[in-house]
Amino acid sequence: MKQQPLVSLKEIKKHFPVGSGLFGKKDQFVKAVDGVSLDIYPGETVGLVGESGCGKSTTGRMVVGLTNPTGGEIYFEGKKLREYKAKKTLGKNLQMIFQDPYSSLNPRMTVADIIAEPLVLHKVGTAKERRKRVDELLERVGLASYHGSRYPLEFSGGQRQRLGIARALALQPKLIVCDEPVSALDVSIQAQILNLLKEIQEDMGLSYLFIAHGIQAVKHISDKIAVMYLGKIIEYTNKEELFANPRHPYTKALLSAVPHPNPKMRNRERIILKGDLPSPANPPAGCSFHTRCPVAMEQCKSIDPNLLPTSEQSLTACLLFEEKVAN
Amino acid sequence: MKEELLLEVKNLETFIPTPKGQIKPVNDVSFSINKGEIVALVGESGSGKSVTSLSIMGLNASAIQYRPESSIFFNDKDLLKLKEKEMRKIRGNNIAMIFQDPMFSLNPVHPIGRQIAESIVLHKKVKYKDALVTALELLNKVGIPDAKRRLNDYPHQLSGGMRQRVMIAMALACDPKLIIADEPTTALDVTIQAQILNLLHKLQKESGIAILLITHDLGVVAETADRVLVMYCGKIVEEGTVEDIFENPLHPYTRGLMASVPELYGPTKEKLDAIPGVVPNPLELPKGCNFVTRCSYATEKCSQNAPTLLKHPSGNRVSCWYPLEKEGERGHYETAATSFS
Repeated sequence: MKQQPLVSLKEIKKHFPVGSGLFGKKDQFVKAVDGVSLDIYPGETVGLVGESGCGKSTTGRMVVGLTNPTGGEIYFEGKKLREYKAKKTLGKNLQMIFQDPYSSLNPRMTVADIIAEPLVLHKVGTAKERRKRVDELLERVGLASYHGSRYPLEFSGGQRQRLGIARALALQPKLIVCDEPVSALDVSIQAQILNLLKEIQEDMGLSYLFIAHGIQAVKHISDKIAVMYLGKIIEYTNKEELFANPRHPYTKALLSAVPHPNPKMRNRERIILKGDLPSPANPPAGCSFHTRCPVAMEQCKSIDPNLLPTSEQSLTACLLFEEKVAN
Repeated sequence: MKEELLLEVKNLETFIPTPKGQIKPVNDVSFSINKGEIVALVGESGSGKSVTSLSIMGLNASAIQYRPESSIFFNDKDLLKLKEKEMRKIRGNNIAMIFQDPMFSLNPVHPIGRQIAESIVLHKKVKYKDALVTALELLNKVGIPDAKRRLNDYPHQLSGGMRQRVMIAMALACDPKLIIADEPTTALDVTIQAQILNLLHKLQKESGIAILLITHDLGVVAETADRVLVMYCGKIVEEGTVEDIFENPLHPYTRGLMASVPELYGPTKEKLDAIPGVVPNPLELPKGCNFVTRCSYATEKCSQNAPTLLKHPSGNRVSCWYPLEKEGERGHYETAATSFS
């Protein structure tokens, strides 16, 4: 029997209005997210990669309800997100870790208060029980209970990210959206945090939506990976498949752009994309990647490809494959 | 053939007074850069790599104090002994710098063409009009499409990658011998990073410019550098050619850094070999080797005496009592000590 997905995104859209026409009519939109569908099953990690402005963070924020989609529907355990009357049920199950551990922790609260805040808001336990829980959580993320009385200012970037994780874990959520959790950290600290996230997942069986532009980190932690470009998923497959057999020309270019850690591989053949990411306010017609695509064809300028199955596990949105599928 | 020496940093030691006491961001650092060479300076935050580059540029001179023995020789001149007026002739002219965030290093209220032309007028006796022509050539050289129209654009009208290209064009304006690139691609997306690294490579090949590349990204180092300096807590802990460093890292910190990066090629490891702990507080550096608190190979000797940077038979210079063997096993001090020259 097929398992029910924990969170399911159905064609979600987020269009931000920009500028205003006559009588304040909003006539232009930045299509930050433009029809994204994705299922996250219990206990798995879905990676979301893409360059800045591709809509990956907005997608993450919509999943935890920090911003509402302007189209489409998000389901949590089979029920529409906006139909949950008690928002607290969602808060308990969907949590988020942010990129910048400096601005996501209140500098005037002690660490113990920061971590206990979700417990207080959800009226979990007595003050004494909460204190015990905070100690447990601090220990879980590799800190000590005496850290509880300190302020965020006294911690390094990596330690602050651990505090953010402890806060997210406080209510034992089923899904944590990790928005670039390691990109602000030093290399040696990144590895510590990635290891910690993996350990926690093994212990608690929760799911992650792991958003990052660093492909190495995404590869390390994810089971499935979705590649986004200008508000759309252009390739979605499991990890092994994505790296062994990337299909979309953008995925290929993205992988080939990552610097190789072996100096002997310096002269390997690489795909260097021309130009910049087009503005999401004015995306190109047809396939949004055709302006930079090394293998673009004439019809790419007018036809927007659909995300279609290209193998048992993979979905790809590219005309090159659409024809093959059709045949 | 012997390579021509361009820059020589000798016993650089800096102090910065803070309310809690004096810190030493750079502690007895010596290295050199040859003409046309790309040298990477690798380290995490707080390792002293940026202070080293600021010292070479003579920037922030009021906050940084130098030990009298420190010297930075460039074209037979000790940059640390120059007066500000003399330094100004070298800065931007012979040595140029590219910063991490081009948004903050470009002037938001002037068009980019004017900003590039300005530095040419300042350093060379040319008319503004001719300088503008040179600016156009430079923008073409760094691969800005439709450069003529772009001359009148303001920084906010450009994307991050474009702005970094403008910064590079500006750095190139006076045909420098050395460009210091401080995390030039950290703020950029991977596909744009590949473009910029490609450009830097091209410039080095075509114009023979030496580049001091400051970065924390080992992939960028492997992709671009000829020689590598690894810094930790203000000291160089290992130095060698890029091949030697990546093939046979001798210092546990260098090896730790490499193991921390998840592999993109090959199978995924269940767990990353992270370096435990954090970089020590610069006010409370450990006695002995700075890395002793995080090193899994450390012994009593390491916590008592600080090792010095010595040449190892494999070719690298390394500052460790027990340089690692090929398989990542701890070396034997006795054998290593006798083979050191």
